[in-house]
Amino acid sequence: MTLATRARVGAGDVVEPPRPALAVRDVAVELGGRLVLHGADLDVGAGELVGLIGPNGAGKTTLLRSILGLVRLRSGEVTVDGARGRAAARAIGYVPQRHEFAWEFPISVEDAVLSGRVRSIGWLRRPGVVDYRAARAALDRVRMSHLRKRPVGELSGGQRQRVLVARALALDPRVLLLDEPFTGLDVPTQELLTALFAELAQQDGTAVLMTTHDLVGAVHGCTRLCLLNRTVIATGTPAELDDPALWMRAFGIAEHSPLLTALGISSSPRAARAGERS
Amino acid sequence: MISIGEFVQDLLNPDLGFLPKALLVAVMSSVVCGVIGCHVVLRGMAFIGDAVAHAVFPGLAVAFVLQGSLVIGGAVAGVITAVLVAVFSQNRRLKEDSIIGVFFVAAFALGIVVISTAPGYAGSLQQFLFGSITGIPDEDVLVVAVAGTLLLLVALVLHKELVAVSLDREMARAAGLPVFWLDLVLYVLVTIAIVISVQTIGNILVLALLITPAAAARLLTDRLGVMMLLGPVIGGSSALVGLYLSWSLDLPAGGTIVLVATAVFLVAWFLAPRHGLIARRRGRTAAPTPEEAEGAGVLVPGS
Repeated sequence: MTLATRARVGAGDVVEPPRPALAVRDVAVELGGRLVLHGADLDVGAGELVGLIGPNGAGKTTLLRSILGLVRLRSGEVTVDGARGRAAARAIGYVPQRHEFAWEFPISVEDAVLSGRVRSIGWLRRPGVVDYRAARAALDRVRMSHLRKRPVGELSGGQRQRVLVARALALDPRVLLLDEPFTGLDVPTQELLTALFAELAQQDGTAVLMTTHDLVGAVHGCTRLCLLNRTVIATGTPAELDDPALWMRAFGIAEHSPLLTALGISSSPRAARAGERS
Repeated sequence: MISIGEFVQDLLNPDLGFLPKALLVAVMSSVVCGVIGCHVVLRGMAFIGDAVAHAVFPGLAVAFVLQGSLVIGGAVAGVITAVLVAVFSQNRRLKEDSIIGVFFVAAFALGIVVISTAPGYAGSLQQFLFGSITGIPDEDVLVVAVAGTLLLLVALVLHKELVAVSLDREMARAAGLPVFWLDLVLYVLVTIAIVISVQTIGNILVLALLITPAAAARLLTDRLGVMMLLGPVIGGSSALVGLYLSWSLDLPAGGTIVLVATAVFLVAWFLAPRHGLIARRRGRTAAPTPEEAEGAGVLVPGS
């Protein structure tokens, strides 16, 4: 909780902590009679890029789906700018995993982005000037405007990911949720996308939360990390999460795991020996 | 073989009153199937179309035995099965295709049992399975026209929602679209499109009317709007040409119409401007630009 409500201290005076754009409070979710998530607390403030990391089955996707209102909460609540339920869901842009989208569909990049606004356009109505403008602005934001007439089936993996991001941005969301945006992409593409997400957070003041298995990329690219395994084990800046015990708990790994070395947070040799002795 | 002029004369001949009715019903139902079929093809739910086509059968049989309207009987049975499938497939332990497998064969079996109780059932069974251009009552022409118009209206009104669900169910759900109800509407649209087509083309062949024109249209374009125009045009003209050929060569109408549509599909496969076999052959000789080489999809030089 203290990490979540960090007060910004400037020139000696204490400023009220800004209300987080996305607040997850004590969320528990039961799926098929199994408690897959409990006591989950997480805040994402405007302008933050938070990486949600944890092993398979840790409940990352379930947490995203809870935020979207797609699974029933057993307890707890999710608010976006203080709003709950449908009002909260409207302020969230969702970027699902790439395979969720029917890429063989005969549709242009621009129309795919417009499809993100289907609900705000409303029943019985066709997209209007406002909607096209929003789609154009979103495509500009992800630098895909030059391909807006291209059928989506002819795009590369990185371009597809950008289209999905633009589709979410077309709603001008306060919160952007990204589910495994890097799966199946090469390193240069991953880095370009990370830069884009950071830019969306910093320049547009969007609260960005993404799940990822690219831990090294997350440590370098995210402003904050959230370690998840059935519950939130820790949140903080990458520098704050330097205790190997947290990572060992989140990922169920041993203290000599190459993962910790790769992340540059392996325990010092003396500490490791102390661990062996005990 | 009779000429087109003679075919037109026959259409106008009052003694052959069933012929213009059959032509009207065949063309109207092919047009409707061409539009609805685009959704079926793009969602990869051809199996559901097949299921509904079979599921319609007991309704036809009951209507036949009770001397009621075949269109209404088929629609009721098809819709009931579609709803059952939609409801039962909410259980995630069984996949949708298994549920469909259970219900549509059961429905077909029920139809066969029901129709066997009617006198002289062998002849009518064949009529149901393979279609017939004679014996379409006047009111059925009207029913097909009204039902077809309603169907196209609903498909138009819900177009962007149906497309959004087809594109990405998860996002559609997150956006707050009633995905279950939209699925149900699409199933019902498919059912009614099949029911109004079953009489002329037959229960077994009706799936072709739904799938083949839409699939040919998909090969010819990368734009949804164009596809949804091409589908009904291909379907309608296949029905027209097919019926003419069947009449002039004394061939079964349903089979001929389906073969004409299949011929159109094969032509599209070979000649399609970007994805066709010939275009791809020719495309392979030119080197793709670097940007396109990076693309994971189909490589189309010069686009």
